[in-house]
Order: sequence, then C-alpha cells, then structure tokens
Amino acid sequence: MIDPVTLIHLTIVGAIVGLDFVSFPQAMLSRPLVSATLGGWLCGDTASGLLVGVLLECFALETMPFGASRYPEWGPAAVAAGAMAAVPGNAELVARTLPMAVLCGLCAAMVGGQTLVWLRRFNLSVAERYRDALAAGDATALVSVHWTGMILDFGRAGAVTALFVMVMLPLRAALVDALHTVSGETSLAVVAVLATGVAGGAVWKVVHTARDYVRYLLVGLLAGAAVVVLR
Amino acid sequence: MTPPRSLPPGTWLHVFARLFAVQGSYNYEAMIGNGIAYAAEPAFRLLPGGRDGEAYRAAMARHSRYFNAHPYLAALAVGALVRAELEGEQPDRVERFRTACCGPLGAAGDRLVWAGWLPFCSALALLAYGLGASAAGVLFVFVGTYNVGHVALRAWGLRAGYREGLKVASALASPVLRTGPLHVARALAAVAGAALPLVLLRLSGAPLRPFGLALGAAALLAVALTRWQARVDGWRVGVALLLLFFLYSVVR
Repeated sequence: MIDPVTLIHLTIVGAIVGLDFVSFPQAMLSRPLVSATLGGWLCGDTASGLLVGVLLECFALETMPFGASRYPEWGPAAVAAGAMAAVPGNAELVARTLPMAVLCGLCAAMVGGQTLVWLRRFNLSVAERYRDALAAGDATALVSVHWTGMILDFGRAGAVTALFVMVMLPLRAALVDALHTVSGETSLAVVAVLATGVAGGAVWKVVHTARDYVRYLLVGLLAGAAVVVLR
Repeated sequence: MTPPRSLPPGTWLHVFARLFAVQGSYNYEAMIGNGIAYAAEPAFRLLPGGRDGEAYRAAMARHSRYFNAHPYLAALAVGALVRAELEGEQPDRVERFRTACCGPLGAAGDRLVWAGWLPFCSALALLAYGLGASAAGVLFVFVGTYNVGHVALRAWGLRAGYREGLKVASALASPVLRTGPLHVARALAAVAGAALPLVLLRLSGAPLRPFGLALGAAALLAVALTRWQARVDGWRVGVALLLLFFLYSVVR
C-alpha cells in the first residue's frame, strides 16, 4: 500500500505536469524524462525514476503533439511509472520491475491521451453554454470559459495520476514475485534495446528530410562510439 | 511603414504572460480562438472607451472565434492582431488575416518546435544521461535548454507580430523560421547519433562485447521501424514487444 501523503504528493505533481502538457505553460515538465524522475524522487528513489524517464523519453520521441492529432499524454503516466519503479536500495528488483513499469507507463499514457479528448469535448460544451456572451464580446464570459478549461485540466490530470498510482503500485506488488525467472540484467538490457531502437527510428523520421543529415548522424555516431571505447 | 504606437510595459508583460495559457480552453470548435482573445485582452483595454467601449467588445467578439496555430507562434498572430485593432483596421481585413495565417503559423511551428527543438532538447538530455550526468543535471539540461528556446520564440513572436502588424508575412520569412528547422534537424542528427549508443551503454551497464550485441539489436529495430514507418508507429511496436517480453518473464 502506498502511504496517503505520498499519494497526495504524486497527485499534485501529476496535476501540475498534466496542466503543463497543453494548457499552461508548456514548459515540457510533462515530458517523461522530467515527470518520471519526479515520481521516483517523491517515492525516495530518484535514480529509478530517471531510469524510467529515460526509457519512456525514448518512446516519446515518436509521438509529438502535432496540431489537433491524438497523442499519448506522458506526464501523469510517467509520474506513476516512476513511482512504480521506485524501490529504494534494491537495484536488482528495480531492474526486474522496469519492463512492467515502462509497459504500464506506455499504456497509461494512451489512457491519459483519451482523457484529453474528453476534456476538449467538455470544454466545447462549456463554450457553447456561453456562446451568446462570447459573440457579444463579454470578457467575463471569456475568462470563465478559459479558467474553467484550465481548472478542469488540472483536476483531470490529478485524478488520472491518482488512478494510475492506485492501479500500478498494487500491480507491482502482485506480480513482482512472478518476475523472478528473468534476471534484472536481462530485463534492463531488453527494455533498453527496445527503447533506443524506437528512439533511433523516431529520430530518423524527423531528420531524414534534412539535407546532409547522414553526415551529421555519422559524426554523432563516431563521437558516441569514441566515448564508449575510451571509457 | 509607420512605427506602431508603443504599448505600456505592464500591458506587454500581461499579454506575454497570458500567451503561456493560450491553449487553456482548447476545444474542437474554436481550437485556440478563446485563448487568442484571452491573451490579447489586456491590450484591447487601450481601445477607445476602455473595457466598456464598443471597440473593446467588438474586438473581443472577433478574436474569440475559431483560430488554430502552433501555440508558441500564436504569439506572432496576437502581436499582429493587437496592433491591427489598436490602429482601427477594417474588421474584414482583420478577419482575412486571421484566416490566412492559421496554416503557415501551424506548419512553421510544428516543423521548428515539435519536429525540431523538442526532440533536439530530448536528445541533448539523453546525451547528458549517457555521459553520466546526475538526475538534476539531466533535468537541468532538458528543461533549461528547451525553455530558453521556448520563451525566446514566444517573446520574438509577440514583438515581431506587433512590429509588422498585418504585414507579418515578412516575419515568417525570418531565418529563425526559414532555415532554423534545417539547422536544428542536423544538430538533432549529430546529438542523437552520439546519445543513443551512450544511453544504451549506461542503461545496460554491459561490458563491450554484450554491449555490441545490444547496439546491433537496437540498430536493427530502428532500421526495421524506418522501413515500416508508413504502416505502423514505432512506439506501438515497442509496446507489443515489451508486452511479449513481460508475458514471457511472468509465465516462464
């Protein structure tokens, strides 16, 4: 069981990063790298939170929020995934839990994205209620519509974070014994290969239309390889 | 071109701060239209008659309607619209401008920010992680670098929009928007090329030979995903493979 104070902290942080994603201020606190690290930190294991954050960030490189398209919402999901992976002082257990935490984080991000669609529909119904006032240029009505949207987004993100945490932490407790069959080292290697492979494909999608991109990619790869060999 | 009348600093700051909430009431009909009016509202108070004036209400009504653009480059539109309203432009000209600038501002912002600056900052933070930076260091690199560009772009957009007014198309030809995406994409290629192997090394913590195998497997997956890119999202493939591994480790 998660203690209520930690749950409240996770909920507040989830609400903040969820609000940041679209409504205010889009400072990218909602990216998994940040959110998962905060989730792990709140549960006393910043390093594990960062680990999950790095892995989810690799997947998130594939999903950029273009226009009105539907995309996963990473913030609340990553806060919960960071909390799920946090096992202070037990690196082996963290490594074995990682695939489950990353998988749950990815699924939760899809659910979170759907709640954003519902919020936008609800925002529309609020705006429709004030349609005549908005058409007449009533600033009070505009501020009401706008602030209602932001307050609802904050509440939505907090609620989904709390829900994810309350589902994911008991899930870890229930399944952790069943994960003894694969070593932490193997688990970590598999999830790392998948994440960096997806990130590699995502980066190629973005850069392959840029002139001379291959030259820049090769320079980067050589620099990275040199650091690996020299270490 | 006649220089625009200067806005009081307090009004500038008020409009600029509200730009960060331009998507606060995002919906599928007005999109960010309400946000545009919300951001521009402090400047509209300077219209003849102030908050109780007819000009203020007419401007608020015009700008609460449909508008869609990249949220950061919406600053450019807000600056231009504020100037147009304060200079008493004809409503039909303002309306035409609103319709015409949605597409270009959306496309330019998507290319520069979502497909450029954001993945570049992610890759830079991943590189910092791969080089052994602490959690605070990685977060500082990501949030700090990203927001230098983010805040600067919004500030430039508001200033350039107000300076150019409805002739803001010239600002769209600025080097930032014209060649910026190309330079950012090249920088992303170089930084990601260095970052991903280092991230894999730090994550797996493996000696060189197993690391080579892991790197080969990741490269194979990346190549396969680029081949299938038109048919499937890479991250969904990742989810499916992760699920298979998870099930294997549970039922084995």
